[in-house]
Amino acid sequence: MLLNTGSNSLDTSASALRKTSFWFAAIALLCLLCADLDISTVDPWHELSLMAAGALSPSVWSWPTLLSSLANTFSFALQGVAVAAIGGFILALGYGYSVVRGFCAFIRSIHELFWALLFIQITGLSSLTGLLAIAIPYAGTLAKIYGELFEEVDLAPARNSPAAKQPLTHFFYTVLPMAWRPMVTYTSYRFECAIRSSAILGFVGLPTLGFHLETALGEGHYSEAAAYFYALLLLIGTLRFWLQKRLLPIYLLAVFYYLPPHAQISWDLVARFITEDIVPAPLRGEALFTASTFSEFANWFSLLWQQQIWPGLINTMVLGQISLVFTGLLALLLFPLNSPLFFRRWGRTAGDGLLILLRTLPEYLLAFLGLLILGPSMLPAILALGIHNAAIIAHLVGRYSEELSLRGDANRGLNLYFYEVLPRIYRQFLAFLFYRWEVILRETAILGILGISTLGFYIDSAFEEFRFDRAFILILASALLNIGVDHFARHIRLRLHLKTTPESL
Amino acid sequence: MEAVTSQPLFDLNNRRLEYQGKTVLDNLSLTIERGERVALVGGSGAGKSTLLKALREQLPNQVAWCPQQPGLVPMLSAFHNIYMGALNRHSFLYNLGNLIKPMPAARDEVSEIARSIDLEMQLFSSVDKLSGGQQQRTSIGRALIQRRAIFIGDEPVANVDEYQAERLLKLICQQHQTVVLAMHDIDQALQFCTRIIGLKDGAIALDAPSDQLSASDLAGLYDAA
Repeated sequence: MLLNTGSNSLDTSASALRKTSFWFAAIALLCLLCADLDISTVDPWHELSLMAAGALSPSVWSWPTLLSSLANTFSFALQGVAVAAIGGFILALGYGYSVVRGFCAFIRSIHELFWALLFIQITGLSSLTGLLAIAIPYAGTLAKIYGELFEEVDLAPARNSPAAKQPLTHFFYTVLPMAWRPMVTYTSYRFECAIRSSAILGFVGLPTLGFHLETALGEGHYSEAAAYFYALLLLIGTLRFWLQKRLLPIYLLAVFYYLPPHAQISWDLVARFITEDIVPAPLRGEALFTASTFSEFANWFSLLWQQQIWPGLINTMVLGQISLVFTGLLALLLFPLNSPLFFRRWGRTAGDGLLILLRTLPEYLLAFLGLLILGPSMLPAILALGIHNAAIIAHLVGRYSEELSLRGDANRGLNLYFYEVLPRIYRQFLAFLFYRWEVILRETAILGILGISTLGFYIDSAFEEFRFDRAFILILASALLNIGVDHFARHIRLRLHLKTTPESL
Repeated sequence: MEAVTSQPLFDLNNRRLEYQGKTVLDNLSLTIERGERVALVGGSGAGKSTLLKALREQLPNQVAWCPQQPGLVPMLSAFHNIYMGALNRHSFLYNLGNLIKPMPAARDEVSEIARSIDLEMQLFSSVDKLSGGQQQRTSIGRALIQRRAIFIGDEPVANVDEYQAERLLKLICQQHQTVVLAMHDIDQALQFCTRIIGLKDGAIALDAPSDQLSASDLAGLYDAA
């Protein structure tokens, strides 16, 4: 204390958070300098006005198509999450082992669209592909959440309880019952995400809402697109009214009856895909460990690195960083909408309604719309990622602000926001944002499929050219990037003492 | 000097005051004149805080408020917590700039107050690093910087040592025309206030000028009902 004498510089708990935020923002600004943000369409307002007109006059061209794509979207999502919940649960039992944790991190670091692109090569555009594309990455995510919940509620080792001697009994009688409620809550939230994922799988050809949305949007049939769009909103928006626990077994039976996971698998093709197609070209059928094979492989790899991996990584990180900071700023701007400190009763209900609506829009679809309006650049991607993710974080931060109690003579308006509320919510806000970082980066990579030159762009091109070896390496690169960022985010969360228990993210 | 016929500053007439939906004080009538220094005494749960809250709400824009739970922003410095009392006097942009980097003028103003409440050393540390007593002084600082005529405090010096408590009470009385304090230290109440109001069993059990009272007169307020 005495050493502090006369010091006029701030020594506060807020300063560490401020410093971190400053560096993140500074890097994002640097990234902005090298990001392509041009609006390349001649008249963006014209396209936007056409879309708005379409949105106001939705029309269903074919009810059977709409209903069957709606049913497919729901079926893939429910089947995927059901399988993921079982798989995730089993994996979570071994979550203490770093091998299992690493495996889970790996399978969830690959986006469901990339999984779909991979499986389409083996199982075609089949119902099995849709199921697996959702179930695999979601199992990795659920395993992490379940595993962390088990660790959190498992007090036996600390207490040295006799139950610890009967691990299985202990698990089913104490750990599982305590973790059950948050598990159910989180899984049901992931189901909402799975519906978005399922809809988006249509963009690579599966028969869900996204398939018809892409076609209609691409051809400028905005009224038709609006109908599919509203169907998706309606499906997600009304979930809590009809997706009840009691009815779940019935829905499960129904979706497996309606869309049995099935694919015409040619095992020869599978074998070829694994042993040949995804093997780097210079290594196919060659004797390994010879000097010439090695040098050819080195050439192949360095070319791939220079032309695709490195630019893809850089663009993914640049876009990811800008989107992360933009998401954060937008979330800070929006959270008062769901905060009782700023809006009461109806105002807050309407505000939170808007946030939930924005959250419901899949970022991939938003980016697609943005591309149609603004032309291909990073701008639509940044807007799409920002809007979707900021709405999620703003909703949670707003709800967190319920816990704050202000003095009777608290300030009002902007003074209240900056002096009394922002410092109090900031730590929690950063925790949410860093949780979301990994997701934002995964999505950044995937937006490449729309033509923004992130890793997804090169992956998609490789698939189109049937160069599966390249696609495979590029997918690995994106997986490693995500795992790296996840680790870094975790490191920052620990260093800043941010709450690390999972939320609905 | 005010005319004798002027309106009292605070006027509660036959009021019922509730705390969390329960009636704490019933049929309460009370007036406080400008210039009075009032001490509210009584056992815990007697309704002191509820009464103070009702008084503050009568003149929210004239009262410097010092609640029992200081409601400071823990991750911000004592400087910023004190300055929070002066936000209304400055433009929003000035306040925002001051949040990022303390402005010279604001620094001078807050430093002067910090000196008077003996908080200079800790001024730029965040409140979560301060002791209970230092936090309480920060809260007093936030009230002082408002430069208002009326001070309402709920046990404002309960967490500081006796010597400092007397200094702070003296300061509060010097800088405000009218003072209303909830207090549990009877000697301090008699020493600094001109009027003592004792609360017991949901009503005013005693209301007299302090120079007509002794510590023993007040002891009865704390007996079990």
